[in-house]
Amino acid sequence: MSGVFLFLASFLASAVEGVEALTIVLAVGVSRGWRSTLFGVAAASAALAAVVLVLGPALTVIPIRGLRVVVGGLLLVFGLQWLRKAILRASGFKALHDEEAIYRREAAQAAAAGETTRASMDWYSFTVAFKGVLLEGLEVAFIVVTFGSNQGNIPLAAAGAVAAIVVVAIVGLRVRAPLGRVPENTMKYAVGLLLTTFGTFWAAEGAGVSWPGGDLALLVLLAFYAAASWILIRLLTARHAALSLPAAGTAVGR
Amino acid sequence: MTALASFGRFLYDFVIGDDWTTAVGVVVAVGLAALLVHAGWAGWWLPPLVVVASLSLSLWRGTRGIDAE
Repeated sequence: MSGVFLFLASFLASAVEGVEALTIVLAVGVSRGWRSTLFGVAAASAALAAVVLVLGPALTVIPIRGLRVVVGGLLLVFGLQWLRKAILRASGFKALHDEEAIYRREAAQAAAAGETTRASMDWYSFTVAFKGVLLEGLEVAFIVVTFGSNQGNIPLAAAGAVAAIVVVAIVGLRVRAPLGRVPENTMKYAVGLLLTTFGTFWAAEGAGVSWPGGDLALLVLLAFYAAASWILIRLLTARHAALSLPAAGTAVGR
Repeated sequence: MTALASFGRFLYDFVIGDDWTTAVGVVVAVGLAALLVHAGWAGWWLPPLVVVASLSLSLWRGTRGIDAE
């Protein structure tokens, strides 16, 4: 059961961040050419792989109890960040992520950037693609390392992340447009729930807590957080309506 | 110093995010659970309640300014 959740959390987190990185890469690649853009993507991917390869084994030498407090706590903080954003977006208090608008903005900036070619490399394309992939991927790398090390299965977590990147890249290459129809908020909500559930479970275990029912407590925690967040969305949606606020529209940032 | 400050800001944004109350909630949840266990009581019920309370507080903080607009 935990293996399925591990794969699912890595896959969904990676897919969400992959869609966001794809928008930036497509905008720069289409506007300024692919060679330097793809070099930027490759360099960032190598940096992310290095993070996983270095941090993964390093975490396995920490005693399991200390690891669970630190890693569980970090996953819980990350999960609450994702959940908070998803709840604010679902209730209308925060604008939904708009990949098409981000694509238009990035493409306009790339077209206006002017000549930056040195040593046959367009450094604008390289830098924007590198930064986009690295920043979007860093959180996924942390999720893969922390989730995987706690489960004792970093390869499975990495496989989930890589599978998502492959799916996003194939779909992106086929449609050659930002993936605006991907339900990013729903996916962020699901990742937030999974990270919060596992983060709570492991951090509490690290603090010495024994969960009644062992691993089955994960399902109860997941249901509890799903119910609590659903109530929070309903309350905030009603509050948004009572305040007669206009819809938050769409966002071009994170 | 500027690079160090930039890295510190990046680290804060990366780990803490938009609102520090959820991070504090996590520390409180784990700390109180450890205290309960140390005192010989069952501590499993406390972290989920503190987590939901800190998420609710963070959401309230994130939307309260909108009331005044």
